[in-house]
Amino acid sequence: MLTKASRTTFLVPLRDGVLAGLVALVLAFPIVGLPTSETAHGLVLRPRIPEAIAFAVAVFLGRFALGVAEAGKPRPILLIALLVAIAAPFASAAPEFGAALAIGGLFVALRSALLAFPGVAGRISGGIRVPPVAIKRAPLVLLLLLVVLPLTPVIDRRLLDIAVLVLTYVMLGWGLNITVGLAGLLDLGYVAFFAIGAYAYALLSLTAGLSFWGALPIAGLCAAAAGLIVGGPILRLRGDYFAIVTLGFGEIVRLVAINWSSLTGGSQGIAQIPRISFFGLADFTATPDPGRRAFHELFGISFDPAHRQIFIFYVILALALAVNAFIARSRKLPLGRAWEALREDEIAAQSLGLNLQRIRLSAYAIAAAWGGFAGAFFAVRQGFISPESFSFLESAVILAIVVLGGVGSQLGVVLAAIVMIGVPELVRQLAEYRMLAFGVAMVAIMVWRPSGLISRREPSIRLGDAT
Amino acid sequence: MLELTDVRSFYGAIEALKGVSIEVRQGEIVALIGANGAGKSTLLMTIFGSPRVRHGSINFLGQDISRLKTHEIARLGIAQAPEGRRVFPRLTVLENLKLGAILAPPANFDRNLARAYAMFPRLQERQGQRAGTLSGGEQQMLAIARALMSEPKLLLLDEPSLGLAPLIVRQIFAAIAEINREHGTTVLLVEQNAHQALKLANRAYVLVNGRIQSTGTGAELLASDEVREAYLGGAGHH
Ligand SMILES: Nc1ncnc2c1ncn2[C@@H]1O[C@H](COP(=O)(O)OP(=O)(O)O)[C@@H](O)[C@H]1O
Ligand SMILES: [Mg+2]
Repeated sequence: MLTKASRTTFLVPLRDGVLAGLVALVLAFPIVGLPTSETAHGLVLRPRIPEAIAFAVAVFLGRFALGVAEAGKPRPILLIALLVAIAAPFASAAPEFGAALAIGGLFVALRSALLAFPGVAGRISGGIRVPPVAIKRAPLVLLLLLVVLPLTPVIDRRLLDIAVLVLTYVMLGWGLNITVGLAGLLDLGYVAFFAIGAYAYALLSLTAGLSFWGALPIAGLCAAAAGLIVGGPILRLRGDYFAIVTLGFGEIVRLVAINWSSLTGGSQGIAQIPRISFFGLADFTATPDPGRRAFHELFGISFDPAHRQIFIFYVILALALAVNAFIARSRKLPLGRAWEALREDEIAAQSLGLNLQRIRLSAYAIAAAWGGFAGAFFAVRQGFISPESFSFLESAVILAIVVLGGVGSQLGVVLAAIVMIGVPELVRQLAEYRMLAFGVAMVAIMVWRPSGLISRREPSIRLGDAT
Repeated sequence: MLELTDVRSFYGAIEALKGVSIEVRQGEIVALIGANGAGKSTLLMTIFGSPRVRHGSINFLGQDISRLKTHEIARLGIAQAPEGRRVFPRLTVLENLKLGAILAPPANFDRNLARAYAMFPRLQERQGQRAGTLSGGEQQMLAIARALMSEPKLLLLDEPSLGLAPLIVRQIFAAIAEINREHGTTVLLVEQNAHQALKLANRAYVLVNGRIQSTGTGAELLASDEVREAYLGGAGHH
């Protein structure tokens, strides 16, 4: 006979475990169990039934263990899970399976550890208690650090490159935050505007001979125009449908770039995109073209290839700050308030006289413009673009940065971009695990910090502002 | 000023309003009372275009508004404090009020804000606070004040007393009377708190199951046995 206590401790988790295992089996069977592989005779099935079953059993064990831990026996589960995690890689014949067991075991161990020692869990889920003063000062300190960064001796080319990359994602994250954070629209195809801006600059500079500074506004306008054109019809759709269609739009732009090869070079992309100049006054080169000046001559210093890179860094810093300033400013203007009102309550906002369509369209198109600027920057920095750079994965990464950072939080986006882009770049060996880390980080954030790393929204109006 | 003629509206296949005709005249306070689920909120939302009128017409100041969009209807001078208040929770009190003011001339903003704060001093004390952190009564005050910021000709109120303490309810009803008296704003008041609403209203309608069952002056309905039995907790109560 089972006592009541052991029923809830073991039977309920057992039932949950079986259910999860069955679901896993249904999913794993076609994906893991029946993979196809390409041979000389065409596609053939190479069944891997035992692996699929093992996978389902592992899911069952994990769910069961979590259930038991949650039902009040976290310590024994912690011990077992740790043992499994350590032993699995050695004990299992198939390396993938061993790795999966190890990761699953670690996850279960982590969860049970937090259950076993609630003090720690409380401290984590309470968030890193950032004092408001720190949040207020942090942007300024960060900004100062960034401004002097290229001039400090610790920085080398690689670090500066990573910093530029991170800043590009910060800019994209902030841009997307206009749609997602302020207007509350889930845009899964933001990369489309990034692509349009990049191609706009590449084509304008190669065919019309425009400089980066001349082409930049046009690239932004092109992206904004695209936003207006597609946004008109798709903003009529409700939440989820809107998200799906934006995803489709992102893919369409990429497919057009691949297939319209006479214009875009197809999947070969566009190479030899003209480099950035010093505001059109001088070029970053040792040997300037006839009639042009070189940057080092202009300032009477000796040539250093790092000059261009440092300049690029300041350009993206300025662009990113421009988005930030725009957002901070727009929050205090009627338009920004209208975005937020529509995010908070569509019906109430409309009955105050807000034109839902037009206001959403403005958010979508303005975010698009910033995406276009970022794209033009990307093209001028790389000197080469191809459709590969504009896959759905990019949209997902940008969105992940926004969501991880805390939707609507400017500083959170910076932190998230550093964590998601900067750290994997710094530790190249870890790059393979980036996707895995994304997943784990996303799950962890959703469990413990559902509103993002930094979930404070600064009220744009404080007491005393009004007369 | 506002005239609904045989209005029918639907949620999917469910007919929520089954041919409602009511009239609100300039300067009046008109109460609409009825049990839960009678269709009172639906009636107010139908005036605002969501759900749409399937049949019949809504005339406001001589214009048929039944085909207009919600924001276009607001632009004509109708504002509402909707059911459940629906303040913008993550925006501050002042931001909520500024959003209410988008249809009014900007030059009048300071005056309108001063009026709103004079009516509800609590809002001034809390103006930098997020609306979501206000108490229920304060949120209701904010919802009414936000609606007033647009200088509406007609104010729709959906159960402003719901879930509030008696003291706050009295304050809110006093404010409604003041809005009507001082600003000359016409009011259509939906209430389950029938007693107070009927005392305040010039005229009233009783809505039952999507149809108008009876109408009369506030005093007439207060005296009617039918209404007293159904909405005022029994005839002997008075
Ligand atoms: N969004 C909706 N979708 C479907 N049915 C609804 C919706 N809102 C209200 N109803 C239904 O319409 C009827 C009238 O509701 P409502 O207007 O809210 O009544 P009241 O405000 O008088 O309590 C009810 O039967 C209710 O269930
Ligand atoms: Mg109602």
